[in-house]
Amino acid sequence: MLLQRHGSSAKCMSSRHSRQSLMSSRRGSLSVTRSQKKQIMMWEALREAIDEEMEKDPTVCVMGEDVGHYGGSYKVTFGLYKKYGDMRVLDTPICENGFMGMGIGAAMTGLRPIVEGMNMGFLLLAFNQISNNCGMLHYTSGGQYKTPVVIRGPGGVGRQLGAEHSQRLESYFQSIPGVQLVACSTVANSKALLKSAIRSENPIIFFEHVLLYNIKGDAGGPDVYQSLESAELVREGTDVSIFTYSRMRYVVMQAAQELEKKGYNPEVIDLISLKPFDMDTISKSVRKTRRVIIVEECMKTGGIGASLSAVINESLFNDLDHEVVRLSSQDVPTAYAYELEAATIVQPSQVVEAVERVVGSKLAYV
Amino acid sequence: IPLGAGLAFAHKYRKEPNVAITMYGDGAANQGQKYEALNMAALWNIPIIFVCENNHYGMGTAEWRHAKNSSFYTRGDFVPGLKADGMDVLAVKQVVSYAKKYALEHGPIILELDTYRYHGHSMSDPGSTYRSRDEINAMRTERDPIERVKKLLLANGFDAAELKKMDKEVKKEVDDAVEKAKAAPIPPDHWLWKNVYAAPANTQLRKVDGGYNTPDYDPEYKN
Repeated sequence: MLLQRHGSSAKCMSSRHSRQSLMSSRRGSLSVTRSQKKQIMMWEALREAIDEEMEKDPTVCVMGEDVGHYGGSYKVTFGLYKKYGDMRVLDTPICENGFMGMGIGAAMTGLRPIVEGMNMGFLLLAFNQISNNCGMLHYTSGGQYKTPVVIRGPGGVGRQLGAEHSQRLESYFQSIPGVQLVACSTVANSKALLKSAIRSENPIIFFEHVLLYNIKGDAGGPDVYQSLESAELVREGTDVSIFTYSRMRYVVMQAAQELEKKGYNPEVIDLISLKPFDMDTISKSVRKTRRVIIVEECMKTGGIGASLSAVINESLFNDLDHEVVRLSSQDVPTAYAYELEAATIVQPSQVVEAVERVVGSKLAYV
Repeated sequence: IPLGAGLAFAHKYRKEPNVAITMYGDGAANQGQKYEALNMAALWNIPIIFVCENNHYGMGTAEWRHAKNSSFYTRGDFVPGLKADGMDVLAVKQVVSYAKKYALEHGPIILELDTYRYHGHSMSDPGSTYRSRDEINAMRTERDPIERVKKLLLANGFDAAELKKMDKEVKKEVDDAVEKAKAAPIPPDHWLWKNVYAAPANTQLRKVDGGYNTPDYDPEYKN
């Protein structure tokens, strides 16, 4: 497996969204954007979203470990306890099973808690509560109890966090009936999506990514909401449809720059809604390009890509010219060693290779 | 159990003078989430009453075989507990009203209600493989709650014929309900998709044969 360390940062090229392309250098990331408005970081955007919704609606509350006095482990709830008090920004002890159940019980009586898992991997301890009580309660009570919780937290492979703190729980949660999975990726969509998630009557599991908290971008105002079931078209193209989400969006965009130089024209779609899939956008794109590559951070076995690949296979078989290619993480616990960690997840060079393989060679335009 | 803590938390959040009662059996008293909920309830003084229905068996395992300390009302550590005879209606009434006053003033409290289970735990449990029939019969004759109330009423001059009439009425009510349930129509197929989501817009559910089905929200089950 060829390991590459990407050197300097690359400027992002889109004029629709301003975002930073992320690289895996040890020197840290530079943020270079060309927008006129004041840039904020993703954690600030999420914080603004929570702040605005808590102000509008007194039933919104936050529960989690270290969200109050510590300021939030990723600063997403920084300072909120001073404004709203300890009851509304609740510092819980380390008992995920317990406080997730408590949050769901509170939601049953009309509160709208935002339960934070300090790391998505910790929510495995609360899996029973999320599956049985959060997902199924509405159905099993015949519509009598609603659980409008938002379960949010950072997941994904970070910088040498180790195996247990680098888990991608999208693949485990996707089978639970009754929940919606949403993955944010940019500053703008993270704020808008979190606001919609808090307003939604359904239980939403909101996936953030550890490495994306410090990216800079523009965020919308207090009235900007985004649909929780629609995918985002990141780059329009004609050769191949690349479906991705969360941090892999940046990996794909980095690969896209290289591909453009080689003459390819990939279409990049950020799934956003991991359950249910936005089949409208997906089928439109597949019918146009007739080739699909799914780039995800989940494991190869049973990830979001596996589900999506099966769905595309079943519904859009006659619109495909090539089998669906899935680029996912290796089925191994994430190593601590930097190079091995980089080898478990998808790198931009792999995306470039995959596109070249799927689309075929292009004549170099002189 | 944490769900009950959440209900009580919502009352405290809204500053309502209500309590929540969360119930579990002696088998579930060994669950970790109970202690997590106890810790949080005591920490934030949540108005919750933890009720342990101790019927001495966790399905097939007797109390002395699954719990090191079978005084469940003492297992709250820093949370006070009361034990009462669950088969005595009036005792239960008293202890719960006391517990409510306590919970509203001081915080969580545990009640252990001593009771018994005649039949098996569920449809698949015959109820006789782990205990003797003598034990079941002894409990039924000595401690049956309805018999006890009946004896109390008769001893205090209540009319025996009235009691017999009440007995008959209740039996008829139950029989009628059973007949109605047996005669009720089988739910139609499309009810399978009802109420999966509270706000089902755009949340197409994929069917096994590849098509899509839009779930709907209909808590009255009108159609």
